[in-house]
This record gives sequence, C-alpha cells and structure tokens, in this order.
Amino acid sequence: MLWYIGRRLIQVIPVFLGATLLLYALVFLRPGDPVAALGGERGLPEAVQAQIREQFHLNEPFIMQYFYFLKGVVTFDMGNDFTGQPVAETIANALPVTFQLAMMAIVIEAVLGIAFGLWAGMRKGKLFDSVVLVWSLLLISVPTFVTGLLLQIIVGVQLDWLPVTAGRDPNFYSLLLPSIVLAATSFAYVLRLTRTSVFENITADFVRTARAKGLSRALVTRRHVLRNSLIPVVTFIGVDLGNLMTGSIVTEGIFNINGVGGTLFEAIQRGENTTVVALSTVLVIVYIGANLLVDLLYAVLDPRIRYA
Amino acid sequence: MTPRKRLMGVGAFTLATALVLSACGGGGSGDDDASGDNAAIVTVGSGEPQNPLIPTMTNEVYGGLVVRNIFAGLVRYDENGGIENEVAASIESEDNKVWNITLNEGWEFSDGTPVTAQSFVDGWNYGAYGPNGQNLSYFFTPIEGFEDVQLAEDQLNEDGTPKEGEVPKAETLSGLEVVSDTEFTVTLTQPESDFPVRLGYAAFFPVPESFNEDPEAFGENPIGNGPYTLANWEHDSVLELRPNESYAGGNTVENDGVDLLAYTQEDAAYNELLDGNLDIVINIPSSAFGTFEEQLGERAVNQPAAVIQVINVPEYNEKFSGEAGLLRRQAISMAIDREAITETVYHGARTPATDFTSPVINGWTEDLEGNEVLQYNPEEAKKLWDEAEEIEPWGDEPFYISSNADSDHQSWIDPTCNGIRDVLGIECEFDQYPVFDEFLDARDNETLPATAMFRGGWQADYPSMGNFLGPIYGTGAGSNDMNYSNEEFDAKLDEAAGAATPEEATELYKEAQTILLEDLPGIPLWYQNATGGHSEAVDNVAFGWDSDPILTQVTKSE
Amino acid sequence: MPENTRPNPRPGQEHFVAGPDVVQLQVIDSVDTSEAPSSMWRDAWNEMRRRPMFWVSAVMIVVVIIVSIIPGVFTTALPRSGCDLGNAFASPSGEHPFGTNQNGCDIYARTLFGARSSVLVGTLTTTFVVILGTAIGAIAGYYGGWLDTILSRLTDVFFAVPFVLAAIVILSLAEERTELTVAVVLAAFGWTSIARIARGSVLSVKNNEFVTAAKALGMGRFAIMVRHALPNAAAPIIVYATVALGTFIVAEATLTFLGIGLDPSTVSWGGDLSTGQSALRSNPEIMFYPAAALGFTVLGFILLGDVVRDALDPKARKR
Repeated sequence: MLWYIGRRLIQVIPVFLGATLLLYALVFLRPGDPVAALGGERGLPEAVQAQIREQFHLNEPFIMQYFYFLKGVVTFDMGNDFTGQPVAETIANALPVTFQLAMMAIVIEAVLGIAFGLWAGMRKGKLFDSVVLVWSLLLISVPTFVTGLLLQIIVGVQLDWLPVTAGRDPNFYSLLLPSIVLAATSFAYVLRLTRTSVFENITADFVRTARAKGLSRALVTRRHVLRNSLIPVVTFIGVDLGNLMTGSIVTEGIFNINGVGGTLFEAIQRGENTTVVALSTVLVIVYIGANLLVDLLYAVLDPRIRYA
Repeated sequence: MTPRKRLMGVGAFTLATALVLSACGGGGSGDDDASGDNAAIVTVGSGEPQNPLIPTMTNEVYGGLVVRNIFAGLVRYDENGGIENEVAASIESEDNKVWNITLNEGWEFSDGTPVTAQSFVDGWNYGAYGPNGQNLSYFFTPIEGFEDVQLAEDQLNEDGTPKEGEVPKAETLSGLEVVSDTEFTVTLTQPESDFPVRLGYAAFFPVPESFNEDPEAFGENPIGNGPYTLANWEHDSVLELRPNESYAGGNTVENDGVDLLAYTQEDAAYNELLDGNLDIVINIPSSAFGTFEEQLGERAVNQPAAVIQVINVPEYNEKFSGEAGLLRRQAISMAIDREAITETVYHGARTPATDFTSPVINGWTEDLEGNEVLQYNPEEAKKLWDEAEEIEPWGDEPFYISSNADSDHQSWIDPTCNGIRDVLGIECEFDQYPVFDEFLDARDNETLPATAMFRGGWQADYPSMGNFLGPIYGTGAGSNDMNYSNEEFDAKLDEAAGAATPEEATELYKEAQTILLEDLPGIPLWYQNATGGHSEAVDNVAFGWDSDPILTQVTKSE
Repeated sequence: MPENTRPNPRPGQEHFVAGPDVVQLQVIDSVDTSEAPSSMWRDAWNEMRRRPMFWVSAVMIVVVIIVSIIPGVFTTALPRSGCDLGNAFASPSGEHPFGTNQNGCDIYARTLFGARSSVLVGTLTTTFVVILGTAIGAIAGYYGGWLDTILSRLTDVFFAVPFVLAAIVILSLAEERTELTVAVVLAAFGWTSIARIARGSVLSVKNNEFVTAAKALGMGRFAIMVRHALPNAAAPIIVYATVALGTFIVAEATLTFLGIGLDPSTVSWGGDLSTGQSALRSNPEIMFYPAAALGFTVLGFILLGDVVRDALDPKARKR
C-alpha cells in the first residue's frame, strides 16, 4: 500500500510537466496582446509596453517562457503580476477561502445527495422519487448565475437570513449560501448516481442473501446496499472537488468572494500568464491528491479491489 | 472497524477541516465590528486598484477614486465640472503658451513636509520620463522638452525594447522652471487655452520629497496633500481613507472617513446596499436599471456624465468611404433608435447623444447644427441607403458591429442590429471578441471584418470639450483608431486651443463638431449616465461630473 | 463407453447418485438451438418496449427533435426579425403566446428556433464525452497496471487545464463557431469526469463472478471487457451522461456570456438564458421559457436513460 502511494506521488512530476506545458501552449496561443490592453481604450505609450514585455519575458519564444516558469517553481519565486503584486501572495490569498467553500459544498452535496438518492432509490417510481426528479431537473436547467443571484436577493436581502456577500468576512456562516449555490448542480449528479446504484444493488444476490439471513432492513441498507453503491458516487465527488475549485467563477463573483475561480478567470482575461499557470499548478496537485484518495477509498468500499 | 464508521470518519474529517478554516477566516470580523462602532465611517463599493497609487500611474477608476481623494492639485473641480483654484493662487498666461503658476502658502503633505513648486515639478518630471513607464505620461506631451525625456528611435531595438544602457537625452522637462518655493512656469510647445482645466487631473498632482527616494514603496503607501490620507490598504478587500488634518483646501470633510470596499461584481455591491450593509454604490448593475430608481427612491442617482459611447467608422474601409460610404454612415446612424434603446434596454441609464461630447461639459448644446443625422428616421435612412446602393452595391456580407464581449455589450448591439436589419433590409451581426485585448488587437491591426464598424467609448479626463475631440478625431491622435483625418477639422482645433477666452474656444469647438457631423468618423450613440445610490444612513451624497461620488461632503447619521 | 469405466455398484447402492434419467437435468439445461440466439441488446429492446415509460420518453424526445428540424411549422413569427423595442417585455397574448423578450422579439418563436442548436450542442457533446471517456476509463480500469497509470495521468493533465482558458483560446482561433466546434471544445475538456467514473465502475465489476467465469471459459480480455464488464458498469455512465446533457446545454449559455458561444446569429436556449440575465430583477419571466424547454429535453433523456439502464440489467427484469 505504501509502495502504491509512493509510486502515485512520484507520478505527480510527469503530470505537472505535462499539464504546465499544455497550459503554457494555450496561454501562448491566446489571441490578443494583454500588455496593449493595460491602458484601457486609450492604450499605453509604446515604450511603456515594450518595457513591460521585457520585464515579463513576453517577447521571448514559448520554450524560454516555459523555462523561466520552471525556474520560478524550482526557486520558489513566481515573480509579480502586471500590477506588481507577488503571484505567490495572490495565490495564498485566494486558496484558503476557495478550499473552504469547496469543502462545504462537497459536504452539502455528498450528505444531501446520498441521503436523498438512497431514499429515492429504495422507493423507485414512488412519489418521492418523482418529486426528487423534478427538483434535480430544476437545478440542472437553471444556470448558476440565476439561482445564485435569486437566492442572494431572497435569502440575503429580503429574508435577511444569511449575509449577502462573503468577501470581507469569509466564515462558515457567510459561506453557507455560496456553498449551497455551488453545490446545486453537483447535488443533482450525486443524487441521480446514488439513486441508480442503490436501486441496482437492492436487487443484487448478496442483498437477498443478507435479508434471508435475517438481518434487519436498515442494517442491510447501510452495510450492503449503500456501501456497494458508493463507488460511482465517490468517484464523482473526487472529480468534483477539482471542478468546484475552478468552476466557482460565477458563484464567487455573485458573492464577492476573492477566491481561486475569480482570480483565475480575471488572470485569463487579462493575460496574466504567470498567475494562470501557477494557480493551475496548485490545482493539479489538488486533483492528484483527490484522485489518490478516491482510489484508496475504492479499496475500502470494495475489498476485491486491491493495489499492489 | 465497520464500513459505516470508516465513512463517518471521512465525513467528520471534511467537516472539521471546513470548520477550522472558517475559524481562521472569522478572525478578521472582530476588527470590522470595531471600526463600525467608530460611527461615521462611510462605506463605498469600489474595487482593487490596478496600479501602484502613484498619481501619474493611475489610469483606471478604482485607483483614480483613491488618488483624487488623497491628493490635491493646483485646481479642483466642482460638482458641475467648473474649476476653482486649490493649491494654486493664480494660473496666468498672456499667450496660452507660457504659464505662470503661483501657489498658496501653508500647504503641507500629511507627513508634515511643505507643498512647494518643486513638489509639482518633481511629480511631473517623474511622470514624463520615458523609462519610468508611467501610464499617464502622454499628459505631458504638450510641455516643452517632452521629446528629450523619451528614448529616441535609434535607442530602441527592433521590437521596441530599449537597448542596453541607453537613457534619454534629458532627465527633466525643459519647459518646467521653478522660480521660487511658491512659483513656477510651464512652457508649452503650442498654445493650449484649456491648460488650466487639465491641472485638476491626477497626472498633475504634487508629490512629497520622500517620493523621489522610493517611488515603489510610495505606490503602496502614498502620502498626499488631499482631504484624506490612506490609512490602510488590504489588497482585494478594503482601502481605508481617513481625514487629513493638514489639508488646507476648499473641500471640508464632513465624515470620519471612508472605507472603499473591493467588489468584483456590481450586482453584489448593489445587493449589499439593499441589505443596508453598504452606504454608497458607484455603479448600478444593468440587471437593476429597471428597478433601482423605484427601489431606492430619493436615494437613487441617475445623471448624465462625461462618458460617451460611439460606433467608430474605420476610414480605411472601402465600404464606408467615398460618396456611397458617407450615405451609408448616415443611413446607419438614422436607423438606430437611440430613444427606444436607452429607454428599454437601459431604462434611462443612458441619454441619447446629440453631439460628440457630453451634457456635463461647459458649452454643450442639443441643438448643434447638422445633428439631425443622429435622430432616428427610418424612411430617410432607407432612402439614403438606397441612394448608396445605386452608386455601388453593398453585396451579401452582413454589416458587423465589432466589440469585446466581456462586459455586456450584446445587450445594446442586439437591438441596434435588429433595428438596422428591419430598417435597411441588410443583415447585421455582432462581431464579438471574448477578451478586451483581442478586440484591441483586431482594431489596431486592422483585421476587423471588411464590413465592420467598431465600438468606442470615451470618458473625459478633465471637463473640456477639447478633451472629447482632439485625442480621438485629430489627425494621428493617440485614440484615433479610425485613421480619420480632416485638415479643416484640425485647423479648427488649433484655433480653439489658441483662443483668448474659454467662450471663444467653445464656439470654435462647436464649429469643429459640425465638421464631424458631416463626415461621421464615428456615430455617437448615447451618453452614459452616472448611476448610483446610497443607504439611509448617509446624506448629502452627490456625484460629480466625473461620475464619482463627492466623498468629502457625505455625512453619516448614527 | 462410460458404463464400463464405472465400478460395479454394490447391492443397495445403485441409486446413491441420482442418474440423469431420474432427475431430468437435460431438460432443465437444454437449449433450444433451433431458435436464433438472443443478444443482450435484443433482450434489452424486448424489455424496453414493454414499458410505458419508454414510450413517454420517446415521444418527448421525438417532439424535441421534430421542433429542432422544422421549427417554422409551429409558428409564423421569426426569432430575429419583427422585433419591436417599443413592445419589449410584453405579456403573453394571441400574437405572442409566450410574450416578448428584452428586445421585443417573440419568445415563443425564439424558444422553438433555439431548440436545434441547443439540442445539437447537448447531444453531440454528450456523445463525444461518452465515447471518449468510456473508452479511456474502461481500458484504464479493466487492464490496470501501466496502461491505467498512463491513461489516468493523461486524464489528470486534461483535468488541470481551466476550461475557460481552453475555450477562449480554441474558440477564438476557430474560423466559425458552429454547434460542432462548440461541442468539440466542450467535449475535449469535458471527458475527464466520465472517464474516471467509467474507470471506477469497471474496477468495481471486474472482480465479479461472471467476469471470472468468462475468463475461466477462455474468453479474451478485450471481449470480456466489452461483453461483460462494460454493460454491467453502464449504469453510472448512463446516469452521468443524461444529467450532463443538460449541463452542456447550460454550459453553452456560459460560453455565450463570455462571447465565445455559438455565432451571435444563432438562436439558442443558452444564448437567451445568458442575455435574459440583464432583466433578472425586473422581468425574470423571460428566462422561464428557454429554461423550461431545456428542462423538458433533459427530462426526456433522463427518463429514457432510466429505462435503458433497467433494460440492460437482467436483475431488474425479474421485478
């Protein structure tokens, strides 16, 4: 097992190189000239632009830019962005709040999704199943920018139950509404995946055997049905952690959270290459960690899956 | 261990992590409450400045709001864009070319050092010096010696970067001369009658001696002579402005300070205002245009500002040149129902344009000669288009309006195109660019579609008609992206710049505009209003000509 | 001759093991070789068409497809002309059954005409991600070892690229942005989730008894993966795909909002949801219709996915 984990950690290196190279290629191919846009509609004097380009190595070939980036990674110095802010500081500011938001969203979608999915799966075709289906349809069909803003206006402004934004003071309470919004679509996935898996497993032989042995329905549900149903759900949640961390652009904007999604999006729009690649690199590590965790959970959920 | 317990373990872990993190995040809240108890701190929804807070570096709104409140210039602007002397005792010239400026005594920076003629000259020299790379350096182009503080053509590499070790010929502007601590002269290369009007702009603010030692550190902790000081700057979160005891100018600070809070979206700030957590919002989100005046009542602000939106016509484009081209420009202009779009799409947050400047500028009139071409007139538009068709057929290509798509331009381009399609019977499409710099790239490299006009917007730096005309439509001007050139127009501008009185200049600028209405190098659409609002906790909220709230006079009850 | 190899039974023990003539096992195990072999898919089809839910979902999808192909039959109004700004946000009436939007265009016509692009983007993207993701995930999960390592890490690399960046770069470089280009970009960076789900699912069935049995019977590894492992691992893939179909259509709204969606001349539900945003506070009803149409389409596919899954699962049939 330790050998397996160690091997997986070593694999971080090729993934890191591959991902950053791909990112740099994309950033390099990005149309437009970010330096020209720094001056707004009016543009900056040519000399100023040239100076900025020189400072950020933007006038050098692709491979050299990538090399400078790697050098920055190795020496733990990612340099500054166009506004003079250290990139490392920007990331350090954005990461904790996003991580907290993503974790809260994961907990919400996992707990509620699995609970409702279990219930719906065991009563397939009954009223509750249909009600849940309509709800998940609603969550799928209405874009986040609508649900987010509506919830903000209703829960935050009109009912005054929760803080309107979370930017200045991100805590459990103020992040509750954003994390619910963020979890909404994923909740629909978790719910439907759980429901189908549960339904598939309650007809399985081992469940019948367990029931025939005289085990109580509740015990069979927990120990046999749910446990065996969780593999696709756990996979999805693992993948979703990554999605939630970058995909929170809209939610972060609505609730004025200064996190990874918004920072990344702004950096892409402004052509801040270093920030884009550095931030994505941090995310690569998160994905790899989450995936490793998921793979280890497989072995826990299904003893037949073994890693050597 | 049963499987259930293992699962519980995982759940508990994630929940615990979330809670621990929230505990860390919550640490800051105590401070906020404390400052809230300090009573009259006004909170304003703003954003993170994009540049170091050096006056000559600040070219965007968020940094601009800070810089204008912590520095005081030679003159200041009143609510309507009129100018009054601030640090200056007098600004005089016989020929609009050599300006003699004397300062009031008794001005100090917040660090206790005096504001002298040298403070201004230092700041301007720094801003003009090429290698310093200041965003607002072009404001110093009219001053004598500007060329000499830039790197010459032969000092640059082919890609525009300076060659190793090269420096400009001179370090300071030869046109600036300090006469005494309270007096200096400015020599321009040509007469500029509106020069005093410009002096209230950020580029012309003074800097203390400490600035020269370390401009970079100054950018983080600026020291000014304005009504406020920057007490604290938490990046991406808040800028805390507190009254400056040593301020000696004409604005009285009526509150205990202002917190400029960073918001990335207007909707978020507006909802905070509705919830009573924010005192002033500077921009109403487009989603609330239809409702904010009703929701806020007396507390809503909706007034014209010094911002105009146009569709610019690339002169190099054959489809729009010549006799047929001019007819097409007029036809397209008359096919746009400005009234309906400003009413329906913007709910009155834009005002239909009747000229190339703005209603807040002295001398503006809605009865400019020849401006009926900016009126919606479908019959005439169709007639003009048909005339053009007879001279030269348009072809099958759609007419395009090019713009960046990252800030909600589709909402006006869609109805504009619908109108053009219905009135002129041609196809009309939005030619969109996902990011702003990609649009600039296509515009500046002339790679827009051959049948495209492009969006343009202009916000005045200082309240003068000249600022709306010269930089955009003058031959070879910095923002003349259309390559428009008309000798007669240029001559009128020169004449206005040398005019003896502001009134005379205004008349000449109007004549210049009449030329523009004939040529239509750009099709004016509408003036962008300053939209904002405030909470019940504050009073005396007024927005200036520059669309910014006048912070000093705001009072906070509580 | 089997009779001769058996030792002679002792008296009284003749029937210790019941002979075939007694228990009639042949009858139970007999296979009617004269009938055509019934494939898994044929069984599934026979099962499916007996279910009313199959027909309900089929009708819903057929309606959506017909509207996509010939929207003009159901309305005389056009989505992009005859828009009257003076009549914006009109309430539903005889002339405008769903009312008019922020530009005074007929919402009914826009909803009908928007179907084609939205459905195309949704179904094309879903098809692409299912094929690509399932292939990569199933191979990684079933074969394991170094193949799993390479494919899984490749998935990680693609996962790491922020979708918005990839979309801005690729779609800006595209000559025109048709349904196909948008679908290809959505799929190129959207297959990773389904690949991991397929991998996890195949991992969990590959140790099942029926796979071991197939192996013992000497079936090839690839054949076992395709014939046995995949169909039994299909449920999560189907469920994910039907939900994803809806999210892909909504994703097009996000792309449109960023200015990298379909060409602006194209009418789509995503586009209308995106532009309707500006009226969210005053006239949110204009977003109801594209969202409802989207919901209807997704519902059709979710119900169909449910039926297909049931039909593929022999255990479910007994109920």
